Parts: sequence; C-alpha cells; structure tokens
Amino acid sequence: MAKLHVSTTINGEPAEFLCEPNDTMLDALRGPLGLTGSKEGCASGDCGACSITLDDRLVCSCLMLAAEAEGRQVRTIEGMAQGEKLHPLQQKFLEMAALQCGICTPGMLVASEALLRKNPRPSEQEVRFWLAGNLCRCTGYDKIVRAVLETASEMREAAQ
Amino acid sequence: MTDIRYLAPRTLDEAISAFAAAGSAARIMAGGTDLLVQMRSGAVRPGLIVDIKKIAEMTAIEETADGGFRVGAAVSGAELAEHPRFGKVWPGVLEAVNLIGSKQVQGRASAGGNLCNASPAGDSVPAMVAAGAVVTVHGPDGRREMPVEKVPAGPGRANLRSGEILVSFTLPPRPPGSGDAYLRMIPRTEMDIAVVGCGVSLTLVGGVCTAARVGLGAVAPTVLLVEEAAKPLIGSKFDDAAVSAAATACSAACRPIDDKRGTSAYRTKIVGVLLKRTVAIAVRRAGGN
Repeated sequence: MAKLHVSTTINGEPAEFLCEPNDTMLDALRGPLGLTGSKEGCASGDCGACSITLDDRLVCSCLMLAAEAEGRQVRTIEGMAQGEKLHPLQQKFLEMAALQCGICTPGMLVASEALLRKNPRPSEQEVRFWLAGNLCRCTGYDKIVRAVLETASEMREAAQ
Repeated sequence: MTDIRYLAPRTLDEAISAFAAAGSAARIMAGGTDLLVQMRSGAVRPGLIVDIKKIAEMTAIEETADGGFRVGAAVSGAELAEHPRFGKVWPGVLEAVNLIGSKQVQGRASAGGNLCNASPAGDSVPAMVAAGAVVTVHGPDGRREMPVEKVPAGPGRANLRSGEILVSFTLPPRPPGSGDAYLRMIPRTEMDIAVVGCGVSLTLVGGVCTAARVGLGAVAPTVLLVEEAAKPLIGSKFDDAAVSAAATACSAACRPIDDKRGTSAYRTKIVGVLLKRTVAIAVRRAGGN
C-alpha cells in the first residue's frame, strides 16, 4: 500500500509529509517532520505530553491520525516562541521553576496556552481542571499551576 | 507494510458504500479516542478506517423546528459545550458528554463514538437515555430511527446492521419545568471511568412530577433504561418515600460485575445513593426546590 501524501500547515508554515494510513500525528511530527518537541508518554490519550492544537482546538496528537492533518492548521510547541523570544508562559515556567525532568513541559505549555486563549482570567480551579489531562510525575503540579496563573495576570496587564 | 486504508468522504452515501463494501474489517472513526487506542493495543486491526468528520450532517448541531435538538454523531464534546443553547436546555446531557476524558480528549471525543464503543460505563449514554434521545442510523438499506437505549447490545457491541452508520441524536422538545442531570461515582474528581453512572430527566408541573426517565451506567452489560425507577417519581412531589422507592428500583435493576473499579454489592448499593442525588439536581434545574 502506497503511503499517503499530506499537505498541511504547521506553525503557520506550509508542510508536506508522507505517512502510513494508521500513523498518528505524533508519529508524523516526531518522524518525517522532525519536530520532536511533542513527546510520547502513554500513546493512549492519558498523559497529554503530545498535546498540539488542530485548527486551534487542543488535542492529543497520539489520538489523531496523521492523515487527518490534510488542509488543517497544526500548532506544536515548536511554534510557541517567536524566534529567540520565548512566549510569556515559557518565560514564566523558567522563572518559577515549573518543571523538573521536562518531559511533560511541552504538553503543559501547549495546553496552558490554549487555556489562556480561551479564558485569559482562569481561576486556580479552572487551571487545575484544564490541565487534568497533562500528567507530571516531578513537580506535584503546584509550581505549574502558579506559573500559569502568574502568566495570565501579567498577560492581562500587558494587554491593557 | 500495512494494508490499511484511510478514507474521509464528504458525503454519507460515499461513507456507507465504502463501509459496507469493506465488511467487518472496516471501522468508523469519529474522534478516534477509543479506536486509535484499540488499534495501538492490537485489539482492533481495521482494513479500512472511514473518517466521518468531513460529512456535514455528522458534525452539525441544529435546533429542530419543534424545539428539539439534532446533534451529529461526530460532534466533539468541546463543540457541544460551545453551543450557545444546548447546555441551557440539556445541562445533564452536556455534563455527561463533557465528563469523558481530558480537555484534549474533549476536543475529539463524540457522543456517537461513546455510544457505538458500547462500554457499559460510557458517561454520555445514561444521560442520553434519560433525555429520551432517538438516534438516526443510515445503511445500505436506507435510514431508520431507534431509541438510544436500543443501541448497546453488550460490552463493545452495538445493535447496528452491517454497513450501518450512526448519524445523529435527536433530543425531544423540552416542556417548561424540565430538568436533567448526570452524576457518576468515581474515586477521584476527574479523568476516571464510572463505577456507577446515573442520568435523570424530569418534568414538573406545579411541583408535581409529570414525566421522568432514569438511565444507569456501569451496573449491567449495557446501559439501562429503568422504567421501574421512573414510576414512583411520576405523580409525586419528590417526597422521601417516592425517591426511596426509585432508588430501590435502581438497585433491583442492577446486574453488575465485580471488577477493579468496584464490587457488585458496592455498585448495587451506591446506585440508589446516586439516583437520589441526581434527582435532586434535576428537580432544582426544573425549577422545583
């Protein structure tokens, strides 16, 4: 069976790749596309380490077929910083040490960014529920939640 | 090498002919949150995957002329939550759909997939049963409708004929004084599978219950419509005796298994507790006390 040819947009840039019909988007990102920021933790949609957005909707790339990217807008952790300039969430995660081993961090950042786009003023409870699908075995979550809340606050001030 | 094919047709007719032609080796994919996990584990090895999300009818949410709703089988939980009216009319159905998985899973998972995956513990199903939803299925022999509670046949099995695809759910018009709710028992607050699930939909006139439906999950091989639990509620003002009789009827309807999530005895007991709590929420939403 011939491979499928997929034309898509990744982080705002046109991209093309070949995939098997049963390859996941995570397979395509980490394989032919060479974008290894998205991590494979569980491969079953439980851990959130492979989080991306598809047409601005937060999804697990391990639960999406690569072929589904045809004609869609995909955003990954690689598109979060503007060149050398980190996204405010990335900067705050560093400042507040909201990570340890780092495996969950790309997914945490992509999911948090999706939250703040939808809700610039989340409560602590809203942050915790939103990130319930992102597992972290190092931090105990507290520093991550505080970093997201602090970023939200600073982004609101900057927008004024 | 794989000999698997992926199709994303734009019309239902294309989807049905491809699905029917491929026979038992084919799988329908809505959000894929169950299918891709089953493929990954080797439990399912489809020869053909038919992605139904490019078919307009499958992804639409419409208010029907009589004031009901038609929800496409592939509408994601996130899309349903963003609809301006659906959650106001059917808060119990919405909360049940939105309990499935994380935000990431909600971006993909659908009520249609949840129903056809036919887990006895699927969260959206008891709420849809309570709501009196009717599903439309379309196959090589045309279109038919059936009550949602007729779809599950057993764990992992649905009462769909060869080549048939679940197209949409139709929820009936809502009389004034109606409310619905869904609660599930899990040992944590998020991201878990129901030990027991309970959906209730009620209509009140002057504080008296005029209509009630109860759906139960994870207490039998399929989700159950429990008419015996609705009977003591109808005509009552939700006094303790009526609600206790409904709870007892729920326990009597249970045919649960022992598994890692709970014992049969625990499920049978807790289902009555859950019924009482769910009724209280539905009554409050219906404008009772």
